[in-house]
Amino acid sequence: MTAWADALLVARLAAADPHGIGGVVVRAGAGPVREAWLDALRKALPAERPVRRMPGSITDARLLGGLDLPATLAAGRPVAETGLLAETDGGFLVVPMAERLSPGQAGRLAAVLDDGRVRVERDGVGQCRPARLGVILLDEGQGEDEAVPDALRDRLAFRIDLTDISWRDAVPPEEPALDAEPGPPAEDALAALCQAADALGVASLRGPLLAARVARLLARLGGRGVPDEGDTVRAARLVLGPRATRMPAPAPEADAPEPDADATPEPDSGAGPDEPNPAPLDERLVEAVRCTLPPGLLAGLVAADARLRQPRSGKAGAAAASPRTGRPMGARPGDPRHGRLALVETLRAAAPWQRLRQGAGEPRRIRIRPEDLRITRFVQRTQTTTIFAVDASGSAALERLAEAKGAVELLLAEAYTRRDRVAVLAFRGTGAELLLPPTRALARARRGLNALPGGGGTPLAAGLDAAAALARTVQRGGGTPVVVVLTDGRANIARSGAAGRPQAGADALAAAATLRADGVRTILLDTAARPQDTARRLAEAMGARYLPLPYADAGVMRAAIRAAT
Amino acid sequence: MIVNGSAHAMRPEPAPIPSLDAEAGIIRAAERSRPPRPGTTPHAPAPTFPFSAIVGQDEMRQALLIAAVDPSVGGVLVFGDRGTGKSTAIRGLAALLPPMRAVAGCPYACDPARPGDLCHRCRDHAAGLEVHSVPVPVVDLPLGATEDRVVGALDLERALAHGQKAFEPGLLARANRGFLYIDEVNLLDDHLVDLLLDVAASGINTVEREGLSIRHPARFVLVGSGNPEEGELRPQLLDRFGLAVEVTTPTDLPTRIDVVRRRDAYERDPEAFCTAYAEADAAIRETLTRARAHLPALAVPDATLEAAARLCLALGTDGLRGELTLMRTARALAALEAADTVGIDHLARIAPAALRHRLRRNPLDESGSTARVTRAVAEVFAP
Repeated sequence: MTAWADALLVARLAAADPHGIGGVVVRAGAGPVREAWLDALRKALPAERPVRRMPGSITDARLLGGLDLPATLAAGRPVAETGLLAETDGGFLVVPMAERLSPGQAGRLAAVLDDGRVRVERDGVGQCRPARLGVILLDEGQGEDEAVPDALRDRLAFRIDLTDISWRDAVPPEEPALDAEPGPPAEDALAALCQAADALGVASLRGPLLAARVARLLARLGGRGVPDEGDTVRAARLVLGPRATRMPAPAPEADAPEPDADATPEPDSGAGPDEPNPAPLDERLVEAVRCTLPPGLLAGLVAADARLRQPRSGKAGAAAASPRTGRPMGARPGDPRHGRLALVETLRAAAPWQRLRQGAGEPRRIRIRPEDLRITRFVQRTQTTTIFAVDASGSAALERLAEAKGAVELLLAEAYTRRDRVAVLAFRGTGAELLLPPTRALARARRGLNALPGGGGTPLAAGLDAAAALARTVQRGGGTPVVVVLTDGRANIARSGAAGRPQAGADALAAAATLRADGVRTILLDTAARPQDTARRLAEAMGARYLPLPYADAGVMRAAIRAAT
Repeated sequence: MIVNGSAHAMRPEPAPIPSLDAEAGIIRAAERSRPPRPGTTPHAPAPTFPFSAIVGQDEMRQALLIAAVDPSVGGVLVFGDRGTGKSTAIRGLAALLPPMRAVAGCPYACDPARPGDLCHRCRDHAAGLEVHSVPVPVVDLPLGATEDRVVGALDLERALAHGQKAFEPGLLARANRGFLYIDEVNLLDDHLVDLLLDVAASGINTVEREGLSIRHPARFVLVGSGNPEEGELRPQLLDRFGLAVEVTTPTDLPTRIDVVRRRDAYERDPEAFCTAYAEADAAIRETLTRARAHLPALAVPDATLEAAARLCLALGTDGLRGELTLMRTARALAALEAADTVGIDHLARIAPAALRHRLRRNPLDESGSTARVTRAVAEVFAP
């Protein structure tokens, strides 16, 4: 199948130059197809090059390197430990569940991809090791809300999607890996790739740069010195295709004639001179990319892009900030039975006295006295997470959605000044949707809100259930949730998804009771033009402070929420 | 597994140094001239991308040059999209800076020309200091760095092997008189950032840990880069940076093609590429050297001072830091341009970079702080 053939080609290209192409984002569930692809990658890679897996729970000490404590203790002098990144030099680091990478881990990987080495300044060890590796991000995200961090994704040349490939088609490849010097320049192709990237809405310049590199690799695989037009077209398809954020206008009505006019004549003179094709190379590149993209897919990409440019999994976000024990803040003398032993600090404290404590002729061992013991200090800051559950249904949308958005924006600003985290849930149609996982980035919050669509039924119960679930997650992570519900209270979609007011109302009240039982502080803003009893009853059921929006100006609302948080 | 300690025989033992601080014990010298540890393949890095070959990004380049002319402006914060050459620019700048005179063997590279800023040890030996020429240090603060490596700590190796209490200078010591670069400053632990800013403001690193009590000079230009999409910086922290610039991926096609062309040419043959830009880099170095010499003689006229005060008042920036930075950066800009005096024009051009991060945030104002500064400049400086 062509998708699988493409995937195999990507594996060969990646294996030919792991660090140069950065790596591959592999979107697929765990299963035989993904394993077959990883096998193909391993086979294409020379045997001596490492392929290592990075578990999500990896510590900085293991990832970057640091002090090897057992060895240090045994040797009586500092012994450095090589981290996983340095051990993977020349090969691939496979990152499972990459959609859950924390921004910190993504930043560390990005730094290594940029520098080709890993710099360690940890626990008395300062060193710099080569780490010219590529990264395979195994993306198991569901839908657009869960995706690998943009920072990393931009640095990897390839993105492949194996979800629709049957395991029967996933047959191993036959060609052996090629290893030769990169071919000479393909300067004409560079300009064309830039123009194609522009037409496809690829903002980052890494796109065309990586595509040019891939074109050279393709030429190498084909035994050509210089990348020919076919190589460039294929590179554009593989690298620029998945990055496209807009569908360019069809060829006749060229949407950008003026840059083409002044930029193509010079670079295009060398591009495929033997080809009788009249269209300039960049247009053919765009055409090649367009042919591979089903229109629906691209539309989906654009929608996802507009809504949340950097979607982050709600679960991952909460876990990353989960202060179960707080953030380590240095160490202090203390009894490890009442805290966590800070081993390195304890050793530091004991180190200067070793000579004095050691008798002559005794075997060299570290002697630690109770006064040396250090325990880690943690800062436990309970952070408030304000969860906005916004009714975006037809009834609310028509009347007050814009005002509700305005109110939420004001509250967001308020939350921002207090350094709280905010999350935004919207419910409409048949279910609730997490528009914005808990975050402190105001810009993202605002964007998520602006793109909030309106219309459809009012699945109030589903919305409250989702808010309660998120609130529980926040509580588990050690934070304090505050739920602000904006609704007119007129539920018409039951938990089962069926339409019908009576059942929907009963379900909503039950869901509200759950919130109250969980001990979550709640505020209900009634968005109905003429406030009615339904919303008030709902507020009572969840133990919420009730504020009818028509009578609540921004100041009153802010005061109410400030009082609650 | 690599045993670091085996580098012992190769490392020159530091000369016994008289203890200045009873608590401090021995300061390990020769930190800079440490030979590569065995087992680490000496990974010869390619020459850095030349500063003069950077396409566009004029504001960022200007801010970095200003910081190089007058390090007292207080650091540069670069915010922007990925892949816009933030780290390339800072490395490129460092590579073209003229080498500096420093006390040989001093772990802080003390400046023999400024007796007031000498470290304890150099001050004690002020009569017979050996001086040599070293490149301006650019120290990277990698993510995941621990506090002990940043501020310096007990030398674990000496302590474990010899039972000696000695101070091992950290990254701040190495960055003295140079640049400290933090990529992704918004991903750095809060307490580390606080610590850095404190040192950057005072120019002195105070170490009080493990029974060590050390103060040493740590004057450096802090360059931070980051992406606001990944969490914003606290206002207090923003205010500490002298200049804040925003970089974006170029959007016009010819520029984009130019960027990609140069990057590609550099990646294929770094040496040849750098040679091609050596002359342009040398011209920038020349400008910098002249500007540095010109700076002390450049007085700021009262009219300019008054205009700066009025602008800050109009924008409602808190504290005096904004005004001071505005004045200093305008002066450095004038020095770079070999101007006779610091004019209103210099103020107006540097005001966005010097002030945009000091405005009281209005999170709902979409117009952005740059536009607000530009507007205020137009109003205040209107004839």
